[in-house]
Amino acid sequence: MLTLEQSHQETLQTEPAVLARAQQNRENVEQKTQQGYSEQTVWMLAVKMQRDRAAFCKLFDYYAPRLKGFVMRSGVSGAQAEEIVQDVMLTIWRKAGQFDPHRAQVSSWIYQVARNRQIDVLRRERRPMPEDLAEPDQATEDASQILALEQEAQRLRLALSRLKPRQREMVEKAYLGELSHAEIQEETGLPLGTIKSRIRLGLEKLRHELKELRSS
Amino acid sequence: MSEIRHHISEPLIAAYVAGNVAQPYALVIAAHVSMCEECRARMAAHEMAGGAVLEATDGHVISTDLRAQVLDALDHAAPNEAQAYQRSGIFPAPVMEALKGKPPKWKSLGFGVRQSILQSGDDGSVRLLYIPAGQEMPNHSHDGLELTLVLQGAFSDEDGRFGVGDVEVADDDVDHAPVAEAGEACICLAATGAPLKFRSWMPRLLQPLFRI
Repeated sequence: MLTLEQSHQETLQTEPAVLARAQQNRENVEQKTQQGYSEQTVWMLAVKMQRDRAAFCKLFDYYAPRLKGFVMRSGVSGAQAEEIVQDVMLTIWRKAGQFDPHRAQVSSWIYQVARNRQIDVLRRERRPMPEDLAEPDQATEDASQILALEQEAQRLRLALSRLKPRQREMVEKAYLGELSHAEIQEETGLPLGTIKSRIRLGLEKLRHELKELRSS
Repeated sequence: MSEIRHHISEPLIAAYVAGNVAQPYALVIAAHVSMCEECRARMAAHEMAGGAVLEATDGHVISTDLRAQVLDALDHAAPNEAQAYQRSGIFPAPVMEALKGKPPKWKSLGFGVRQSILQSGDDGSVRLLYIPAGQEMPNHSHDGLELTLVLQGAFSDEDGRFGVGDVEVADDDVDHAPVAEAGEACICLAATGAPLKFRSWMPRLLQPLFRI
């Protein structure tokens, strides 16, 4: 948390309101990390709710190098990969409002934005995407759902790290877009069934909230 | 909406998430996911797997300029976004996008069957099909995968009954003859791998009319 505080002090001057907000943000971050949210989720929520630049810097420092490595694995040059990283990170900042921790991890969202961007560049056409779900403006945060998804993500990372090298290579190739659907195996060795069930709960919650909003 | 029973297969969703599905199929998958929470959740699960692979990727050094450039650009206005289309009637947003927001331009294929081609190219074709209630579609075989999503009405064939939201995933060896259910006309979104293949049954369909 040290660098977060430092950069707050660097970028923000002494205006009391600004300092108070920075203090509030810090408390939010600490509170949520204590709740068991991952750092990445906490940073992303700070960007979404408070447009927190320091939190965005954290996200950048964590994801940009990984993203560059990821994009370069599909044969893209370093310079082109950095262009994609730039576009993706700016999209994350601009569309932060769309991040919903009840049904996505920061990494899955960034992965998706990066794939879209890469395909746009490659094919020069937008790929068809499902319609967005309408989201209530003031969705209540369901910490138990968010935490449960974090735990599923943790299990998923563990399962990935424990795959036999050959199987892991196949999984990586599949998500890098190097395998056709005919080449992708039905069974990946990853606990996707339980994750799907968990995300469905998040979707049901969203639908329920929308219904309540409409009837109120 | 009746319960959706026929879904996109797991490998096909994974390939779609990874961006390795030809545009015509991607449109059918995006339209189905727009109508099906089960497949929306499965798609999100695959995105999480993609995210886990991203997390586990070894980082590459980022040039120092890049970070500064990105931070500078945070305050710039976002570039103009492509227009976002809304669902309209039976057509989910991705179909409306393919239609560019306009109603389909139907062309008659005879016997009351109509089609509106949305895209056709080297990577396949995707079209809307209108089949009058109770009408049998001409028997057709096809090269490669065929995806057919029901948007209105229902049809049945050897693989069962397909209602609104259901998607039939047919391999090239399936030689099927779908029949639209009585009652309401059946409107489907269908993608095939070969751009010309579907046209090939047109002359056959027109044969009785023109005696060719």
